Amino acid sequence: MTDKPSPLLTVENIEVIYNHVILVLKGVSLQVPEGGITALLGGNGAGKTTTLKAISNLLRAERGDVTKGAIHYQGQRVDSMSPADLVKKGVVQVMEGRHCFEHLTVEENLLTGAYTRKAGRRAINDDLERVYNYFPRLRERRKSQAGYTSGGEQQMVAMGRAMMARPKMILLDEPSMGLAPQLVEEIFEIVKTLNEKEGVSFLLAEQNTNVALKYAKYGYILENGRIVMDGDAKELSENSDVREFYLGVSDKGRKSFRDVKHYRRRKRWLA
Amino acid sequence: MHVERSVLTTIGAMLVLMTALPWFVGQVSEDVFFEWPFFLEVAIGGLLSGVMYSLVALGFVLIFKASGVFNFAQGAMVLFAALSFVGLKDLGVPLWLCFILTAGIMTLVAMTIERLVLRPLVNQEPIILFMVTIGIAYVLDGLGQMIWGSEVRMLDIGLPQDPSFFFDGKILINQFDMFAALIAGALVAALVIFFQYTKTGRALRAVADDHQAAMSVGIPLQHIWVVVWTVAGLVALVAGIMWGGKLGVQFSLALIALKALPVLILGGFTSIPGAIIGGLIVGAGEKVSEVFLGPLVGGGIEDWFAYMLALVFLVFRPQGLFGEKIIERV
Repeated sequence: MTDKPSPLLTVENIEVIYNHVILVLKGVSLQVPEGGITALLGGNGAGKTTTLKAISNLLRAERGDVTKGAIHYQGQRVDSMSPADLVKKGVVQVMEGRHCFEHLTVEENLLTGAYTRKAGRRAINDDLERVYNYFPRLRERRKSQAGYTSGGEQQMVAMGRAMMARPKMILLDEPSMGLAPQLVEEIFEIVKTLNEKEGVSFLLAEQNTNVALKYAKYGYILENGRIVMDGDAKELSENSDVREFYLGVSDKGRKSFRDVKHYRRRKRWLA
Repeated sequence: MHVERSVLTTIGAMLVLMTALPWFVGQVSEDVFFEWPFFLEVAIGGLLSGVMYSLVALGFVLIFKASGVFNFAQGAMVLFAALSFVGLKDLGVPLWLCFILTAGIMTLVAMTIERLVLRPLVNQEPIILFMVTIGIAYVLDGLGQMIWGSEVRMLDIGLPQDPSFFFDGKILINQFDMFAALIAGALVAALVIFFQYTKTGRALRAVADDHQAAMSVGIPLQHIWVVVWTVAGLVALVAGIMWGGKLGVQFSLALIALKALPVLILGGFTSIPGAIIGGLIVGAGEKVSEVFLGPLVGGGIEDWFAYMLALVFLVFRPQGLFGEKIIERV
């Protein structure tokens, strides 16, 4: 924990309320350092997606609202900025479940990613080429309608589309969803390359704790709208509670569900 | 564009039916006069008036595609644009300036609608947005007539009104309709280029597909809505000028929007080519059946033909000829 780089993104104690009544995030704070891969872990409904959407400001489109706390990006407060302005500043979200433009071709999908950029045609084409080099499979399918491509390809389209905005930071929501383990590895390898070669920082929401901790440098565990634990990815993956509750292994080796007693099954740190 | 085979067969079957039925009736019935040049004349006349339906339907499709809003006010926009155009013209403004000024007015209307109506209602149910467009329709109807008066006004934009004769005078076609069709064709070509090959057009299609994802890549929805309502306003303006030149500018222009509904059901709510082909089929179909089948039932087919056809489509092909099917990978 020496000479930690200054955080690119700081989330301070935010509270999110949906529809004026449903309190989803109850004070979440986290930091993403410049050039880091930070994982946000937790089960269903823990608030991972909400946290990401609060940062990218897509929340308002779902009648959610950040009611307390603050979000700073590069030292500037961004919680009332429009998603488009955030993209211009270099923060792009890749949404859970891909969300490709189904009736557009793969290439058109990628081009929409460059919407906010004022760059000329040549620069855009260079970037297109760059994306194709990361995802050679997309080059083959550039003319097909995105709706007819496979799940893995759609995830690649979504990520490639985000890359076209030349982001400094990608909020990646559950890239492993519904993909074969091999593809999951492939996607995460690309995350790693992007991080190392292009210096893109990632905030990664994942349920697949195993893979996420393997690639991330730091992790936060969310439960019920609160951060219950955080630490270096390595420490987390060695922590016995995390191992038991999120990785499914205990100190005595793999555990069968039969042996797990109910009151032991899930430890609540808070609430 | 990829066209499904079933679409082609459906269109083909309709064409054959529309030709064979009049011919057959002409052979067996004494009341019906059937001759090929005459049939062609009727069919072409129908196609040309169908172009006018297409123009109105286009406006619907544009807005529906980009915002999922069924814009009931499209007819009112046609009327409002036509009233403004003819109003300016009667003030002595030259035609080209009238067009530019009215285009400006329609842009203003689009911006106002986005600011006052769409933005506060973002994320509401489609039915709420639909209701709101009914409100917009009344406001536009009223506003247009308040500013420019409600009497019927003639609109002469200098297009020839005389009929042309083809094939030794056997076929007679209205020149005005031909010019209207040409202008509509040019408009459609421009729209297609805009949608397929420009950055904004691509963004519009992206928003139509998934507006959350569009927001996530930084496409500002408000801006897109203004653009799409403006484009729909321009289409309404062209439709208004054409219809106004034909029928005079009057309140009934707002009602031709109702004829666009069956066109949309036929062509599919989300398809520009669908709106065009739907309009052509409805136009030709109603004229042909009126002239050749009408005498058998005492006439009046023209009034209900389009709706009848739409009903048949709703039963057998609810997404219309070119409507977007929801892509479902198995």
